[in-house]
Amino acid sequence: MLSINNLHVSIENKEILKGLSLQVNAGEVHAIMGPNGTGKSTLGNVLAGKEGYEITDGSVLFDGIDLMELEAHERAQKGVFLAFQYPVEIPGVSNANFLKAAVNEQRKANGEEPMPPNEFLKMMREKMELVEMKKDFISRSVNQGFSGGEKKRNEIFQMAMLQPKLAILDETDSGLDIDALRIVANGVNKLRSKDNAFIVITHYQRLLDYIVPDFVHVMYNGKIVKSGDKNLALELEEKGYEEFEHATL
Amino acid sequence: MTEQDAIIDEVVNSEYKYGFVTNIEQESAPKGLNEDIIRFISAKKEEPEWMLEWRLKAYKEWQKMTEPAWANVHYPKVDFQDVVYYTAPKPKKNLNSLDEVDPELLKTFEKLGISLDEQKRLSGVAVDVVFDSVSVKTTFQETLKEKGIIFCSMSEAVRNHGDLVKKYIGTVVPQKDNFYAALNSAVFSDGSFCYIPKGVRCPMELSTYFRINAAGSGQFERTLLIADEGAYVSYLEGCTAPQRDENQLHAAVVELIALDNAEIKYSTVQNWYPGDKDGKGGIFNFVTKRGMCKGSNSKISWTQVETGSAVTWKYPSCILAGDNSIGEFYSVALTNHFQQADTGTKMIHIGKNTKSRIVSKGISAGKSQNSYRGLVKVHKKAENARNFSQCDSLLMGNLCGAHTFPYIEVSNNTSKVEHEATTSKIGEDMLFYFQQRGIDEETAVAMIVNGFCKEVMDHLPMEFAVEARKLLEISLEGSVG
Repeated sequence: MLSINNLHVSIENKEILKGLSLQVNAGEVHAIMGPNGTGKSTLGNVLAGKEGYEITDGSVLFDGIDLMELEAHERAQKGVFLAFQYPVEIPGVSNANFLKAAVNEQRKANGEEPMPPNEFLKMMREKMELVEMKKDFISRSVNQGFSGGEKKRNEIFQMAMLQPKLAILDETDSGLDIDALRIVANGVNKLRSKDNAFIVITHYQRLLDYIVPDFVHVMYNGKIVKSGDKNLALELEEKGYEEFEHATL
Repeated sequence: MTEQDAIIDEVVNSEYKYGFVTNIEQESAPKGLNEDIIRFISAKKEEPEWMLEWRLKAYKEWQKMTEPAWANVHYPKVDFQDVVYYTAPKPKKNLNSLDEVDPELLKTFEKLGISLDEQKRLSGVAVDVVFDSVSVKTTFQETLKEKGIIFCSMSEAVRNHGDLVKKYIGTVVPQKDNFYAALNSAVFSDGSFCYIPKGVRCPMELSTYFRINAAGSGQFERTLLIADEGAYVSYLEGCTAPQRDENQLHAAVVELIALDNAEIKYSTVQNWYPGDKDGKGGIFNFVTKRGMCKGSNSKISWTQVETGSAVTWKYPSCILAGDNSIGEFYSVALTNHFQQADTGTKMIHIGKNTKSRIVSKGISAGKSQNSYRGLVKVHKKAENARNFSQCDSLLMGNLCGAHTFPYIEVSNNTSKVEHEATTSKIGEDMLFYFQQRGIDEETAVAMIVNGFCKEVMDHLPMEFAVEARKLLEISLEGSVG
């Protein structure tokens, strides 16, 4: 599904990703772990198409097409989803309106008719249950006045509505208490299927107790330095990243 | 060029959609202003002597006055002797049905999306149309008459309802109130007049469309609206003008009077030609709008969506004289290119337990300057007066400006006055959030702007809100779908 080969990315002439490669197939969950400042969030942003990054080398194929050639909104329409680490607040735009636009833009791009309003509302209620959102959520402005936990739950809710092929969760667990973490993880687990894939970016092993990954990658200094199964995460929890500090120098 | 710059650039390159000129025969006064011109206008209008006297008095006051310079706007000095003070579509006669209206004129209004025909009955709106300075047609006068409502052109009112006009004209905005109001009082050529009798709830929205067509002419309409005890009316006002290279002057006066328990809701969508993207041409919009909550428990609510004009100088205000009266001001002012707007409100609390609420949303794009200027004044006797003001500014790009000038004067310590202000920018992070959900930039900006204005838009009558939303989108075209 996703094939990243030798990706080099710079911001303002400073190289952040230094030859990163990663293969993700449908049905897989990949966890990417690593200390602060190694380029984990950069990877998420580059895949989603945020402005300001310069790709100096390498390639990214998504279902066989060159992802880097597409505008951010086109990538989203093709099924790339980024759950933001810091979701923005959008005053005056209700969650219902925002998602109606998002869902219908995606349908339009696929040559489908807009979703009938009653069907949309039904879907919204269903998915709200998944992340335990209160009823007034529909008419509230996107993320405005939301607690940290609510914002993250909203990200998962939006993911559930848009049903992406590839979802990238950028430190969705940061700042969550144990209940919110459970809700978020539960949401993700219910959405897992043989047709979609997840990249879970996280600092802590904790999240991976709830979302059990097929693969764990250690990212250090702009590339993936070690890959393994879920046991690698436990190992990291115990030993930290010290070993890589020496390995990459 | 970053993506955001590209959006701003597209915004800056959008065009005005109502810039056509109607080829219609005009009857005009010669350029310039003197007593003879005023006599000419008054005679054309077949006015009674008292009206002429009133105009001449205003003219004398005007001559003693100087143009105000305190607003945060800069424009070439207007040569008041180089303006045509009266133009009217010709031939001028009393129209009894729409068939008698010049077909060119009807076409103009069709282009503007205003149908004067039966459709308006279905949508429940009665329309008075002011073309250049003359009211050309008022619809549904008959239906309204059954309820005792008077809705007609100002000229007609002066002739047929002289007692009412004489009683109320200039009581809220006196002739010498300010430079432009004095000028308007001297030369106003038409406008709308409305009287809602005691206890009557006006069954339909009343609406006036203003259009400046003739070159080199100024428009000086005057609107007078009286809601008698217990009456209710919702009034809509729309404005457009052709695209011309020279600046044109618009100096209107609107006076509202609400007696005991009466309520007036006054909504404006102002889309005068704003000038081209290099700042050439456009309307100078110097307007005095004021409402008097004369009776107790009365309420006046101003809602405005301002997207047009090169320069706007406008402060729809409320004098809260009656006890328990309420004043409201909801405003969206959007400026783009080289537009300048200095707009806001005055809430003058005189009566006891009076309340006012101000919600102002300024959107600046291009190289425009957008200022909110507001005064909240609480008189000594205004026990328990209460005001809440909120002024929010939204900036698009790095070349525009937003300014807030709140003035608060309180002389009664039982009163409570609150002011909140925010300034924000449509940031890359916000746009990226939309894009990441599959929504392109244009739609994103439209949704952000509409979200920003929502609180004000919610106060517009349904039909008007749709139009206003479209107008905002057109004014930001390129960034908005």
